[in-house]
This record gives sequence, structure tokens and C-alpha cells, in this order.
Amino acid sequence: MAMTTTADHARADPHHIGLVIEHPGPAPKRIVTAYGFWVFLLSDIVMFSCFFAAYAVLSGQTAGGPKGAEIFDQRNVAIETVCLLLSSFTCGMASIAADVRNRFWFYLGMTVTCVLGLIFLVLEFREFADLIARGYGPSRSAFLTAFFSLVGCHGLHVSAGVLWLLTMMAQVFAKGFRADILRRMMCFALFWHALDIIWVAVFSVVYLLGGAP
Amino acid sequence: MLGKLDWSAIPFDQPIPLVAGAVVLVAILGVLAWVVVKGHLSYLWSEWITSVDHKRIGVMYILLASVMLLRGGSDAIMMRIQQAIAYQSQGYLPPEHYNQIFSAHGTIMIFFVAMPFVIGLMNLVVPLQLGVRDVAFPTLNSVGFWLTATGALLVNVSLVVGEFARTGWLAFPPLSGLVYSPGVGVDYYAWSLQISGVGTLVAGINLVTTVLKLRTKGMNYLRMPMFCWTTLASNLLIVAALPILTATLAMLLLDRYLGFHFFTNEAGGNVMMFMNLIWAWGHPEVYILVLPAFGIFSEVVSTFSGKALFGYRSMVLATMAICVVSFMVWLHHFFTMGAGPDVNAIFGIASMIIAIPTGVKIYNWLFTMYGGRIRFATPMLWSVGFMVTFIIGGLTGVLVAVPPADFMLHNSMFLVAHFHNVIIGGVLFGAFAGLEYWFPKAFGFRLDERWGKAAFWFTFLGFYVTFMPLYIAGMLGMTRRLQHYDVAAWRPWMIVAAFGMAVLTIGVICQIVQLVVSIRNREALRDRTGDPWDGRSLEWATSSPPPVFNFAFNPDVRGEDAYWDMKAHAKQQSLEHEPPEYQDIEMPRNSPTGFVCAFFATIMGFALIWHIWWMVILGGLGAFATFVVFAWRDHDEYVIPAEEVARIDRSNIQERRNLVSMAGAV
Repeated sequence: MAMTTTADHARADPHHIGLVIEHPGPAPKRIVTAYGFWVFLLSDIVMFSCFFAAYAVLSGQTAGGPKGAEIFDQRNVAIETVCLLLSSFTCGMASIAADVRNRFWFYLGMTVTCVLGLIFLVLEFREFADLIARGYGPSRSAFLTAFFSLVGCHGLHVSAGVLWLLTMMAQVFAKGFRADILRRMMCFALFWHALDIIWVAVFSVVYLLGGAP
Repeated sequence: MLGKLDWSAIPFDQPIPLVAGAVVLVAILGVLAWVVVKGHLSYLWSEWITSVDHKRIGVMYILLASVMLLRGGSDAIMMRIQQAIAYQSQGYLPPEHYNQIFSAHGTIMIFFVAMPFVIGLMNLVVPLQLGVRDVAFPTLNSVGFWLTATGALLVNVSLVVGEFARTGWLAFPPLSGLVYSPGVGVDYYAWSLQISGVGTLVAGINLVTTVLKLRTKGMNYLRMPMFCWTTLASNLLIVAALPILTATLAMLLLDRYLGFHFFTNEAGGNVMMFMNLIWAWGHPEVYILVLPAFGIFSEVVSTFSGKALFGYRSMVLATMAICVVSFMVWLHHFFTMGAGPDVNAIFGIASMIIAIPTGVKIYNWLFTMYGGRIRFATPMLWSVGFMVTFIIGGLTGVLVAVPPADFMLHNSMFLVAHFHNVIIGGVLFGAFAGLEYWFPKAFGFRLDERWGKAAFWFTFLGFYVTFMPLYIAGMLGMTRRLQHYDVAAWRPWMIVAAFGMAVLTIGVICQIVQLVVSIRNREALRDRTGDPWDGRSLEWATSSPPPVFNFAFNPDVRGEDAYWDMKAHAKQQSLEHEPPEYQDIEMPRNSPTGFVCAFFATIMGFALIWHIWWMVILGGLGAFATFVVFAWRDHDEYVIPAEEVARIDRSNIQERRNLVSMAGAV
């Protein structure tokens, strides 16, 4: 089907600008996969933005219940944040290890990431359990509803991330650094870093702004 | 053990849903029995159910949409009959049943007819138009389709097990909250949409990535066929808007299941937040549906006028403008909220602005036809019918975009007439045009023209007779969703509308007959060249139906209307270039992942609706396990040897040569 004539090039550049960049054809698989996953992450961020919006609308609606400043424990949140930011670093280390096919550093990086993620989840769970025990559950007021949903939604994502992380480790253990597994690893890393970015927003909007007396 | 589920869930006292359910069940069992007896089961399983071929998945999407169109259409017939006879009487439908019917009608028509129809057409056509072998993520594509089917299945299960929502198709709280809707109806609604919403999101991500990252050599952005552009715009909207629906329904479900206070009247919940969120998805949604239809009309009008699309670049610009502005108009759905004159004015103006790029499109189509050699084949009839109808619908849209007018017409039958005018006249006509136009590509034979034209005229006229009276009834003050009424002035219009519905039904029957007749005459209607309409874009450059790999070689594109160019060159050079060197082609292997995943999603959705928690966990574990098994497989591709590729390709090239030499002789 390919037919090259000079007439073709005239048509490709009808105004004789001399700047015709011919599309080179389908992108390689690695690019396509990462690109698609980015698009998914953007959609996930849109979903989070709805919960942020709901939080912004409802954060003043305490219905006689506690305000944010009365229930947030800054120390706990600080530890959570450190865990998550550190885990992003170790996740990056694991990615590099995967790129250079180094199993030891890969397992180490992933294990530390997993442990940090779990510490984060335990701390968040304790925060939630403590609030509920004090009668400040999500049914108490619209503010608490929005708070539990936004922070809980992020927590659910981290839980899913830990599950994915363990699956990735099992995959590398069983199959080695195959091309498709490396692509999945890249997606996982993107996911994990995106959760970090969302946490920075949660930390700022919920705990920093809401924690001010 | 079974949560809220017991025998009282089956409506033994209501004959209509029971009989309807029984008929559907018998039909399904009959088809299944036929498939098993005839020995087609393994074919069905290996070639369709587990297929990751974008063409097959596209066909299955369209099949799902067609079946659900019959379901949604039955609801429509029932409503039109009810309103025709329920003057100063109760009619034949009890109120709670009538409420379920209008809710189900809207939900089904938007989510399980219009969406799968346009997504099916995009799936079928876009990779072919881009000159590539498949979409970006073939297995995920299959998952997306089957999750959509799961949602459709759950909606239909609600017919006989429990009830459907009585809240209207968007389930506004507080009516949809636990206080006023304690039954499972809203849960059926919300979980069906959550599950099918995941499927739609997957399809959206897939198609965005396909258009942006998988184009054949030389297919620059400004050489893409118009349908690819509208697909891109529509799927960008899916990616940006569907998560809003997911979040909103999640909030509603949290309110219902765990006593949260997003949209409740007490503890500081905010009902109007639901309106804002749902319409922030809902308005882009209508452009998700109509933009692909605009793309179809562009292809059809250009092909059947024998001319390149007039004002291609302005069309691209108009499409992307609509894509952006569609996110800035959501508040016009509730001007009556009381946001104040400034806010209402801004959203009113933004809504009217959308009419400008849409007007650009209408003029482009008209100028494409101007001076062209127009062939009035069935797809072209749908397109011209669309232009007339859509202009009327668009103008009434501009009318209700004026806040003071909207205060009069809000939630009236005028509004009902308006959105049916644009959705039937725009999306459905577009879907039918696309079906007629690309059917030969999908199946290798054309649809019968005579029955197609009959279907068009009955549908076209039936539409006007049904919906123009609703405009008038709305002007006379009739509100929507009335189970019965006492105003004599409305009655004649309701009777005319019911008559129009009968005409529309004849149109639908014509389409079914058309399909049957065409299948029986398929040898006479066979398309041997792969180019039955003298087409312009790359999908016509391969055989009908295309081989699984679409193209033996990635086509090299050198301008707009890629295949038209190739044909022009082929005539000059008589297709006498040296036979190309065929190579092995790797294609993704079929996978039952989508089907199995949807199976577990169905179980999980049903269990969530009925609060059967152990079954929820079981379904969730099953779905996760399915993905792990999928991730564990070692061979995800198979190779089609070069000889096989050559054999398939040469026979098609021979047919094409014959055509070109015949055309050359003339």
C-alpha cells in the first residue's frame, strides 16, 4: 500500500512550510502501558477531587459535634506523612533495582515500602477506631462523614496498593524480571507515587487547614 | 444467611413484571438450548465470549445495546399508553410500578443503550480507521464490555427479584435516601451503575490511549478521520466525568449503607451537593454520547456526498471546544436551585455558547453536501434526518438555557420533549446511521436498503408524532413523570403521542425485519472488496469482515482521507507495484478474564444489593484471583505465520484489483 511519490509530499505540506513531522507509527508497548496508566491515575484524581469538594462543602457542618482542631492529632499525622513519603523513596529504589534486574535490592525496597505502608495503615486505622470509640464516627455529623470518606478513600487506595505490591513481589519471585512484569512494576510505582501526592493534598487540606484552632 | 433476600422479593401479586420476566427467561433459555443443541457453545466461548478482538467486542457492545433498546422501548410504550388513558383515572399501572418504569427507562436508555452503542461503534471502527491491529489494551477491553453487561443484567434482575428505583434516572436525594426509599430499588440502580461505570471508564482509558498512542505511520493528528477526533473528545470526557459519577454514587451508597450524612436532611448533609456533583458528570455525559454521533455523521455525509469533509479543521476545533465547554454548563439543570441571577446568567450564557460550535458542525455538513454527488443510501437518510431534527432540539435547548424561561419549563414535558429530541435525533439516529454504514465492514454483507429506508421513515415520522405533542403539553403546564392527571387540555396530546409511539414501534420492527431479511439474502448483499460505499478512510482499505490482524501491513498515511488517496494513486498506477514481503504477525491471545471477572462482579453486586456479606467477600476474592491468574500466564500472544497472512491478504487484493480495473475501464 505504501507508495512514495513527490506529489505525496506536496500534499503532506500544502503550505510549503517545510515543517512536516510525519507520525512515526504506533508507540512501543512500554509507552502505551504507562500512558494508559497515567490516564487512569488522572481519572482517579478526578474521583478524589469530588471527595475533596465534598469535604470543602461539608467541613463546617459539624452539627454540634467536634471541629477538626478538636480531634486531629498532629503527631500521629506527622508520623503517617513521614512513613508515606519515605515509602515513596523506597518504592523508587525498588523501581531502579527492577530496572537493573537486581533481585536483592528489589525485594528489600519492596519489603520496606510494604512495611511503611502497613505502618501508615495501622496508624490511620487506630485514628479511626479511636474517633469512633469516642462517639465521633462518620454518622455523627456531615463534617465527620466527609472526613472519614476522604481519608478513608485514600486509605483504601493504600490497602489496594499493598495488595498489589505483594502480588508484584510474588510475580518477580515466580517469573523474574520479564518485560510485562516490568511494565506492571512501572504502573505500580506510578500508583504508589500518586497516592503520595494525594496524601500531600489530604495532609494540607484536612489536617493543616482543619487543624488550625 | 441471605441478608434481606426472601420470597417476598418476588412480586407474585404483579403480573406484568412476572410475565415479562418469564418471557425473557424463556427466551434466554431457548437461545441457550439452541446454542448447546446445535453445538455452537465452544464456538461461542472461544470466538466471542473470550475474544479480545476489538471488532468482536464492538459487535457484542452493539448487540447488548440493541437488546436493551427493546427493554427500554417496552418501558416507553407502557408509559405512553399509561399517560394516554390515565386521564381522571388510575390507568393500568399502579403508581409505584409506573415510577419504577420511568426510572428504569431513563437508566437503561442512557447507560445500557446509548453508551454501549457508541462505545461499540468506536471499538469496532477506531482501530481500523487509525490503521492499527487492535486497541491499546485488548484484554481490558473485554473486561470493560463484560462489566457493562453485568450492570445491564443486574438492572434486569430487578424486574423479578425485588424492585427497581422509583426515583427517576438520577436518583436525587433525599428521595433516594434510606428514609424515603428503604427498599432495594436504589441499591439495584446504584450498584448496576457502579459496576458498569468501571467498565465504561476502562473503555474510555483504552480508547484515549489508542487514539493518542497507536496510530499508523503518517497518521498525524490532523489527518485522523473525524470519527477518531470525536472518539478522542468523547473518551476524554469519559475519563474526566465518569469518576465523578462513581464518587457521587459512592457517597449516596455510604449514606444508605453506613448512615453517612452527605446528602441527608439532618446532621448537616447537603442535598444540593448531589445535584451539583451528579450534573457535573451528567452534562458531559450527553456530549459523551452525542460527539461520537457527530463523528459518524461526518463520515457518512462526506462518503455519500463523494467529497472531503468541508472545514475539517474547524470541525476539529468545534469538537474540542464542545469537549471543554461541556464541563462549564452543569448548573443549567437546576437554575431553580436559587443560585442567584449572576450565577444563573453565567451558566445560561455558557450553555448558549455550546450552540456555536454545534452550529459550525451543521454548516460544515451542509457545505459538504453542497455540490457533492449525493447518494441517499440509508446511512445518509439518517444523517439528513438528524440535521433537521437536531436543529429543532438544539433550538429548544437554547430556549431552556435562558434562566427565566427555564423557571417556567423546568421539569415539564417540554424538557422531556427537548432531551428526547436531541438524544433520539442525535445519538440514536447517529447510532443507526453508524450501524447501517459499518455493518458490512463488521459482517461482510450490506443490510437490506428497502427495509432500512422503511425503518428510517417510520422512526423519523414516529419521532415527530410522539414528541412534538410533548412540547405542547409542556407549554400547557404538564409536568414530567405524571402517573395520572385531571387536565382535559393535555389529553389529546397524550393520545397523539401514544399513536406516534406506535409508529416508532413499526420503525423498530422494520429494523428487526431488515436484519432478518439481510441475513437470509447475505450472499446477494455480500461485500467482496471491503469497500461497499466507496469510502474514504482506512477501515475500507481492508477486507469485510477484516482479518483478525486488520491489516497485513501497517498502512502508510500521506494525507487526510487516507484510503481515498490510495485509491486515486492505485488508479494511476493500476496497483502494479511489486508483491510485498509478508511477515509473521503477533496478536494477543483470547482470554476469559473479562467474562470470569464479570461473573464475580455480578455475584458481588447482587450480594451488596441484598446485604449478603459473605457472598460479597467471595465475589471480591474471586475477582482478585481472576486478575492474579491472568497476570500469571506466560504466553499472552500468538503468532500468525507469514504464509497465512499472505493467503488472506492476496485474495482481498485480487478483489480490489478487479474493482479498480472495472472502474478504470469506465
